[in-house]
Amino acid sequence: MAYLEDIGSYFLMLKRTFGGFTKRSVLKELIFKEIDDLIIGSLPIVIFISFFVGGVIAIQTALNVDNPIIPKSLIGYATRQSIILEFAPTFMSIIMAGKVGSFITSSIGSMRVTEQIDALEVMGINSLNYLVFPKIIALLFFPFVIALSMFIGITGGLLAGVYGGFTTYTDFTAGLQDSFNSFHLVYAFIKTFVFAFILATVPSWQGYYMKGGALEVGKASTNSFVWTSVLIILANFIITQLLLS
Amino acid sequence: MIKVENIKKSFGDEEILKGISTVFEKGKTNLIIGQSGSGKTVMLKCLLGLFKPEEGFIFYENEAIQNMDDEQQRTLREEIGMLFQGGALFDSMTIEENVMFPLRMFTKNKKSEMLERVNEVLERVNLGGVNKKYPSEISGGMQKRVSIARAIVNKPKYLFCDEPNSGLDPKTATVIDNLIQEITHEYDITTVVVTHDMNSVMEIGENIVFLKNGILVWQGNNKEIFSTDNQDVTDFVYSSDLFKKIRDIQLKEQ
Ligand SMILES: Nc1ncnc2c1ncn2[C@@H]1O[C@H](COP(=O)(O)OP(=O)(O)OP(=O)(O)O)[C@@H](O)[C@H]1O
Ligand SMILES: [Mg+2]
Repeated sequence: MAYLEDIGSYFLMLKRTFGGFTKRSVLKELIFKEIDDLIIGSLPIVIFISFFVGGVIAIQTALNVDNPIIPKSLIGYATRQSIILEFAPTFMSIIMAGKVGSFITSSIGSMRVTEQIDALEVMGINSLNYLVFPKIIALLFFPFVIALSMFIGITGGLLAGVYGGFTTYTDFTAGLQDSFNSFHLVYAFIKTFVFAFILATVPSWQGYYMKGGALEVGKASTNSFVWTSVLIILANFIITQLLLS
Repeated sequence: MIKVENIKKSFGDEEILKGISTVFEKGKTNLIIGQSGSGKTVMLKCLLGLFKPEEGFIFYENEAIQNMDDEQQRTLREEIGMLFQGGALFDSMTIEENVMFPLRMFTKNKKSEMLERVNEVLERVNLGGVNKKYPSEISGGMQKRVSIARAIVNKPKYLFCDEPNSGLDPKTATVIDNLIQEITHEYDITTVVVTHDMNSVMEIGENIVFLKNGILVWQGNNKEIFSTDNQDVTDFVYSSDLFKKIRDIQLKEQ
């Protein structure tokens, strides 16, 4: 029963977010600020993680295929596939649920407990549109983050493979181009859009409807991470079923 | 002027406001007082339209908010200034941006005009030179004053304050109370203050509404409150040791 109410409140929130628009000039500013906080602010960690995980994927693949019958280009191929299909879209999104998601929940949650949201409402401002809409728009840029993650991950794989002496530049790039299916990219970016929406709305919802004080803001952030990552994993499963099988 | 007609508000099975009627007058500081849990904040939130009463009407001048469409409600909201208990300043914005916020939202003024008005109201609350600071960098009393500045910057017709001086030392509390009263007279606005502070009652109680368990049991001003024989009111007023002692002295002198 409580779950049904929760789900109801989530959709009610979405409905109100897309109505009662904030003054345009203000909204534009809010969107730029969110892009800065949520997208630009995430780039360093995305680059760092992608580079090293890409490297590890290449090394792991190399260590597991020392059979001479298997072509050396497999390392490039496997690195590409794992990064494009799962690592960049899904696992980067879950890492972002930890970073961006808990940031969103705690910032909206602390506005709730200190009556800043009431202050907006009293002024006749639709607080959901003011707070959540700019985040949704900012996260439309999330696919660029994931594209960057793919690129950096593969670069990391290439460097680790070549400089670690597991493969050559020629073999690796041959693997990268081997039986490339462009629909996989389409699939990855469809996923990314869905995850971006989850990433913007679920933490906002957790923060907006929270009750209590500072302690509860912390709890809400944790809850938000659990909800967001569970939903991302479930959405990943459903989308994969629908698009790839 | 705000007129309240027989409003009732429940949460679940519990009736919090049990049919309240009163008038909050223009150009006066109207106080809602009563014990903790008596329904003061609920009443204030009904006046603001944050809660919808199940029964009764709330008139702003002669227009009931229940009969206003969304657009009219929004226009009304622009004429309302609210001072929240904790200040409710936006902590991602500087003091200047906080005070400018209602102007940016609701006027088409040029930046320089807005800035001029912001400095004017910050002066009015005796806060010069903090424009570029963030709320976390100033004291609680200063935050309250910034919050008052934000509430009055767009020249509201109605000013609401929830416990404006809770958590402040007595001297700062008096400064805030006086500020609220001066602004009310200066701009000739309708001010409603929720409080349980007897000092405020004495200082600025021009029209006092006393609530008990969701019922209006007494209404009067800060002179009448000390002479009433309403048991609930005297219990409330003389629950403070200081006031009790003062009265004992007065009785002895008589
Ligand atoms: N949102 C709500 N949902 C359910 N019950 C509420 C809600 N808000 C207030 N109440 C109940 O209404 C009653 C009156 O609360 P209210 O906040 O108006 O008291 P108050 O007079 O402002 O007290 P205080 O001086 O402590 O602030 C309380 O019993 C409270 O539990
Ligand atoms: Mg209260």
